[in-house]
Amino acid sequence: MTEPLLSIEGLTKAYPGVIANSDVSFSIGKGEIHALLGENGAGKSTLVKAVYGLLRPDSGQMLWRGQPYAPAAPTQARQAGVAMVFQHFSLFDALDVAENVALGMDRPPPIRKLAARIREVSTAYGLPLDPSRLVGELSAGERQRVEIVRCLLQDPHLLIMDEPTSVLTPQEVDILFRTLRQLRSEGRSILYISHKLEEIRALCETATVLRHGEVVARCDPREQTARALAEMMVGTALHRPERPAHKPGRVLLEVRDLNLRSPYAFGTSLKDVSLTVQAGEILGIGGVAGNGQDELLAGLSGELRSRADAVRVKGDPAGDKGPTARRALGLLCAPEERLGHAAAPDMNLTENALLTGAWREKLVRRGFIDAGRARAFAERIIRRFDVRTPGPHVAARALSGGNLQKFVIGREILQRPEVLVVNQPTWGVDASAAAAIRQALMDLAQNGAAVVVISQDLDEILEVADTFAALNGGRLSAARPVKGLTMEAIGLMLGGAEGDSDAAA
Amino acid sequence: MLRLDKRPQPSKRWNWATPFLAVLLTMIAGGFLFMALGKDPFIAIKLIFWDPLFNPQVADYSRPQLLVKAGPLILIAVGLSVGFRAGIWNIGAEGQYIIGALCGAAVALAFWPAEGWYIFPLMVLAGAFGGWAWAMIPAILKTRFNTNEILVSLLLVYVAEKILAAMSVGLMRNPDGAGFPGSRNIAQYPAAANNELIADTGMHWGVVAAFIAVIFTYIMLHRHILGFQVQLAGQAPRAAKFAGVAPARLVVLCLGFSGAMAGLAGMFEVSGPARLVSIDFNAYYGFTAIIVAFLGRLHPVGIALAGLLMALTYIGGELAQFTLGLPSAAIQVFQGMLLFFLLAVDVLSNYRIRLKTHEAA
Amino acid sequence: MDFSSFNPMVLAAALMVAATPILLAAIGELVVERSGVLNLGVEGMMITGAVVGFTAAVTTGNPYLGMLAAMAGGAALSLIFGVLTQLLKANQVASGLALTLFGLGFSALLGQGYAGVVPPRTAKLDLGLLSDIPVLGPILFRHDPMVYVSVAIVVAVWFWLTYTRSGRILRAVGENHDAAHALGYRVLRVRILAIMFGGACAGMGGAYLSLIRVPQWTEGMTAGIGWIALALVVFASWRPVRAMLGAYLFGGILVLQLNLQAAGIRIPAEYLAMSPYLITILVLVIMSSGRARKSLAAPGSLGKPFHAAG
Repeated sequence: MTEPLLSIEGLTKAYPGVIANSDVSFSIGKGEIHALLGENGAGKSTLVKAVYGLLRPDSGQMLWRGQPYAPAAPTQARQAGVAMVFQHFSLFDALDVAENVALGMDRPPPIRKLAARIREVSTAYGLPLDPSRLVGELSAGERQRVEIVRCLLQDPHLLIMDEPTSVLTPQEVDILFRTLRQLRSEGRSILYISHKLEEIRALCETATVLRHGEVVARCDPREQTARALAEMMVGTALHRPERPAHKPGRVLLEVRDLNLRSPYAFGTSLKDVSLTVQAGEILGIGGVAGNGQDELLAGLSGELRSRADAVRVKGDPAGDKGPTARRALGLLCAPEERLGHAAAPDMNLTENALLTGAWREKLVRRGFIDAGRARAFAERIIRRFDVRTPGPHVAARALSGGNLQKFVIGREILQRPEVLVVNQPTWGVDASAAAAIRQALMDLAQNGAAVVVISQDLDEILEVADTFAALNGGRLSAARPVKGLTMEAIGLMLGGAEGDSDAAA
Repeated sequence: MLRLDKRPQPSKRWNWATPFLAVLLTMIAGGFLFMALGKDPFIAIKLIFWDPLFNPQVADYSRPQLLVKAGPLILIAVGLSVGFRAGIWNIGAEGQYIIGALCGAAVALAFWPAEGWYIFPLMVLAGAFGGWAWAMIPAILKTRFNTNEILVSLLLVYVAEKILAAMSVGLMRNPDGAGFPGSRNIAQYPAAANNELIADTGMHWGVVAAFIAVIFTYIMLHRHILGFQVQLAGQAPRAAKFAGVAPARLVVLCLGFSGAMAGLAGMFEVSGPARLVSIDFNAYYGFTAIIVAFLGRLHPVGIALAGLLMALTYIGGELAQFTLGLPSAAIQVFQGMLLFFLLAVDVLSNYRIRLKTHEAA
Repeated sequence: MDFSSFNPMVLAAALMVAATPILLAAIGELVVERSGVLNLGVEGMMITGAVVGFTAAVTTGNPYLGMLAAMAGGAALSLIFGVLTQLLKANQVASGLALTLFGLGFSALLGQGYAGVVPPRTAKLDLGLLSDIPVLGPILFRHDPMVYVSVAIVVAVWFWLTYTRSGRILRAVGENHDAAHALGYRVLRVRILAIMFGGACAGMGGAYLSLIRVPQWTEGMTAGIGWIALALVVFASWRPVRAMLGAYLFGGILVLQLNLQAAGIRIPAEYLAMSPYLITILVLVIMSSGRARKSLAAPGSLGKPFHAAG
């Protein structure tokens, strides 16, 4: 192989209290799809931010085609030929596609010319886009296209993709991979960040594995099993949570024709959503981000109210009740966003325990808070769910994502819910915490609760759920048993193409 | 260059220290201001902060004034602090204060010259009701139409001022007052007067009410679930909704409470220290109370202390005006600077400040 | 009642003059809010501009130098807000209020001794033939230059926001500051510049009041116009041209109300004087109840603090 396109040598970056990258070295050749593999918090984001000029490493150097490369700002990185597709946070909802693309370029042509270019390039790479549409109205997959097209218009030599498939249906993933292979054949290099092992094995020819900020392995992922890769990534052998198949029980949660208007600016309204969950059953609800997940959770938690009989808990109508009354009935929830929704960032863990446990755990007597009981409840959650923290006096925002998530899920589970609804229970959580959370959900179902797991991670759903339904554009498909479902069938359900499943069932 | 690192949790120590630091910085900056006005900064600062309390020549007069001025400031600020904690911004306390005063005065003037123990309690109720009702306008517009409560409550101050002007020259004008604007002297009407309870202390019913409000609010905020919900709504509105806090109820509650407190303060003022309804009796306590609320870090006890300090700047300011010829506006600037410094040093409790070793984006 | 003073043409002509200070302040605040910052200190910056402009004009004898000084004064005051909210992460609502409280005191201090002083006159612009057009001439083309400057600013801001790259960057910062930061834009720099532009506009609006519209200096002379300008931005759904229409609407109400007072209508003057505030509230209610539209119009990051992690 000739001189690498980019080589990173001994890169180190520390934050107060954590070393995000420690002496990281690797290189990417021309026309290579290079995987950067690691758990959440392994230091992948820090590394690519350094490559893209969003932050400066403390030590170490980078070489671009053999020349020293130290971008002080993304502009300089873009000038060198580096482009990046972000996982989150880089589109503007209220601006149209062309304006969004222009904002990602250093010297954009006039908008009208740019619009023509967008049509041309997006079609050429199989990702068609209408430049005049508002980005806020696009689906998650289309939004990603905007990002990719924005990069392609700058004719990049290196394209960085941060967890690109987390927002895509299996069919959309296939389209994306086709585009990426086309780019490789044009001699462009791709730095592909993911923790999804099968994708990396299908797409990449080299992989660098990060753990706790250090490079722990380099390999050709095509020659490794997914299990071997996982062990490199996590460091220990993972045990897959297991439990016996569920036996049908009485229906604990029943939703009939739930219609809700989304209160969010570019949200998705729910249309005629119906589902039933029995005691001991875990219903997995899959779907690409932005298809009504937040609204569904809000509709079940009581943050959004509906007709009384649209939501029934153990047969009791609850649709017109608020969160407190629904908790009293035994319906508990854990929303996706930990900081600011499931927990108050600046409040300590005792106060956060009080947040949902006030009445069910009798932490409040005649309106007055029983501080001792509240602290004891928080301590119980910390102990039972192995939350790593100095104690219940610590502010929620000081906890790592995994620990806070264990606290949030633990807080609901310890209140002995009869129905538990969770949204993205392991999003942004390290593997061991994720395994613990999934095990806890399965144990809960095993003990007779009905559990709804809303998740964008299909692997997660297939692992824990008994039945599967797909959310698409605010509509929920009929549920099907997970056993025997193929990826292709799931993809069709997620794309909203099924509809005759009732006939099939 | 300096860099800010967010603390994992707010520093308790800085939380306590920042108000003192802000006062100190304001004194220094105020010193420069007084110097620029051609006054000796040390004499001016001493006149404002020391003499009203400890100079034997003036202390007899000024010490009681401390409670007289602090009473309404504390009462209003305690009411505001609850809403501010919940992220509900009632900045129209001045208007609620005026309307409360007018309602209280209306009761007194309606009964004049009857005697009866029930007149003053009725005035208290009327004052609280007036302030509450005036605050219900932004509250209802907010809950019904999602109208910004900041702008509405503030605009209503101007409306209240116009009503006050109309009343003092119209409906409430003293019929025996030879056509001068202003109502009858309520402080000289025994059944309605809010006079000193203990001679030469400045203690009147308004101060008692402020004291009760401080204790009540402390218990509510720190022991009761309602206080928890208030803080939750302010810090994380979405989490509050998830916890089951109804935002509309909270808006009505917080605006209503602060309005009632401001109305009470107005009623106690007009029937006591201000003596009568006149076009400019109000003295902007409703706005100064915003500074008091922040200086007290929205904590009831802190507000009580902050109210006393702010009262001191009023009295000391008047003293400096008489003896040094310091313009009264200079004290207003001084108070404004205090709020700036408070907001500025607050950064210390939430962030660590570090010297930047190299450029970060 | 005397209707002789009630000349619709004079009324219409006075409308533009009455609207200009509100319009200047509102267009400045509009840019600030489009960048994602809520500065409630408009009233404080206006009154500061009013006094700084007045003293500068009286001292130099030139009203235009006064205007420039007022812009500098408003911008300087707004810079305090910028430092507090952007660099020191202070609460925007509280900082804006602080600006207003400070500005009211500061202007009273600076304006001592200027009460009753007559400022240098600002000449009406002679637009030749245009001014001589019947009806339209007196209404549209016989004003002081600042009226046209304010209209020019509105048009320029509209064009800039819609069609230029830097305008697009400002909107992007206001819409989603995290995304803008990720793309390499300097969020704080953009916002501080916007805040200073807003301060300069508010200062100019204040000076227009003290130098041209009244023309005199009195304490607290802005009398809530800054707050009405804030409401106007909501009314305009953050769009410049709508802000102009709104300002002229308010100008009309102000003028009508003053004329009714002058005509000696049998409603006490105090109640008539309430009408601009009440109408502002009414307009706010109407605008904010159309919920769906509002959520589309307001900048996504409005009022939220930005701290770049890392």
